[in-house]
Amino acid sequence: MPKNAGTGKWRKLPNRIEGTVMATPNTPLWEVFIRSRNGLAHKHVGSLHASDATMALQNARDLYTRRGEGLSIWVVPSNAITASDPAEKGMMFEPAESKIYRHPTFYEVPDEVGHM
Amino acid sequence: MYTQALNTSDADDRHIEDAARAAAFQARIDAEERIEPNDWMPAAYRKTLTRQISQHAHSEIVGMLPEGNWITRAPSLRRKAALLAKVQDECGHGLYLYAAAETLGASREELVDLMLSGKAKYSSIFNYPTLTWADIGVIGWLVDGAAIMNQIPLCRCSYGPYARAMIRVCKEESFHQRQGYEIMVTLARGTEEQKAMAQDALNRWWWPVLMMFGPPDQASQHSDTSTRWKIKRFSNDELRQKFVDATVPQAQYLGLTIPDPGMKQNEAGHWEYSAIDWDEFKQVLAGNGPCNRDRMAARRKAHDEGAWVREAAEAYAEKRRHRQVAQAAE
Repeated sequence: MPKNAGTGKWRKLPNRIEGTVMATPNTPLWEVFIRSRNGLAHKHVGSLHASDATMALQNARDLYTRRGEGLSIWVVPSNAITASDPAEKGMMFEPAESKIYRHPTFYEVPDEVGHM
Repeated sequence: MYTQALNTSDADDRHIEDAARAAAFQARIDAEERIEPNDWMPAAYRKTLTRQISQHAHSEIVGMLPEGNWITRAPSLRRKAALLAKVQDECGHGLYLYAAAETLGASREELVDLMLSGKAKYSSIFNYPTLTWADIGVIGWLVDGAAIMNQIPLCRCSYGPYARAMIRVCKEESFHQRQGYEIMVTLARGTEEQKAMAQDALNRWWWPVLMMFGPPDQASQHSDTSTRWKIKRFSNDELRQKFVDATVPQAQYLGLTIPDPGMKQNEAGHWEYSAIDWDEFKQVLAGNGPCNRDRMAARRKAHDEGAWVREAAEAYAEKRRHRQVAQAAE
């Protein structure tokens, strides 16, 4: 039997009158990505809470596409995302910063040759 | 994603403030850089924003109640569909804002519990009753108008997630104000009875709407640091004046009278309003407004009666997880 069944642990917030905050169990967090039209990539639009993936998709539809903002939705459990640390962005991105020869403007082409 | 990273590093350096970091933080603010969830920030900045964003979220959610009161009694299908869409938007705005507050390290459940226990505040305006259909017009026109006035500068607030939520909210809210004004125009062009109803609604809502901008500048507690941190771009009185100046001609067009006989236009073109009854504001904030108890009771009832839905959804998700584990083991 699932451990929550029939325990009523969601049901009551005792002590509310005394002002004690009872932490309600947290519903998982999901990140929402939407493809706004064909040919574009899915883009992060925000996050929401839902018990499972099906409900996350339905909630994302209601929360983020009330005005036809999308053709397709991805929902991803937030804890499945591995993020880089902004405090270490210097070290993280240094390898690219020192390589200006990766940009086309680094190279000189004679004017007579025209656009390349 | 941001929230969970914060949850794990809760105990370490988050609350230890270091003068050099605080100075670097202020320099970023001064340079109009946006602060993002995993960036270092002073504990007081985090606390102020958590309080402000969550109160804003609570206001959106409680704000569904006065208007929800009229969905079943809207005078036409067109008005009903519009009002329903508007109330759905308010719910959406509440959720965007809870998500923004969560990036600061609080959980939505915690924040909601604070509201239900009466510890967290919401906007004083939602403690007034919606007695007639004209109130729905006035709420869209003035309450949403005041909210937009307040929210547009927040789109440039220093905290990235809050600013982004506000951009979305402002985009959606312009329909709210227009639908309210359309209701007012219809009533103002209607029978004598309808005009009287519109005037009565304006009379009841005008002063509470002016109070929405908060206490006068010389009495406001949070303004100085909020301004320095660029959470706040304009003072309460500045926004209030802007709102009054924008609203007077709209009322004149409707042929309605603003219930302030002392109001006059000064040489600079600004409309000077009479003294606001700040005792009423304090009373409403302290829980003694006309509907405070009703609003809290309605939120608690909805939360308690929705408990079985949360429980069932969680139980179902749990069952599916067990099944997946069992299948994987076969």
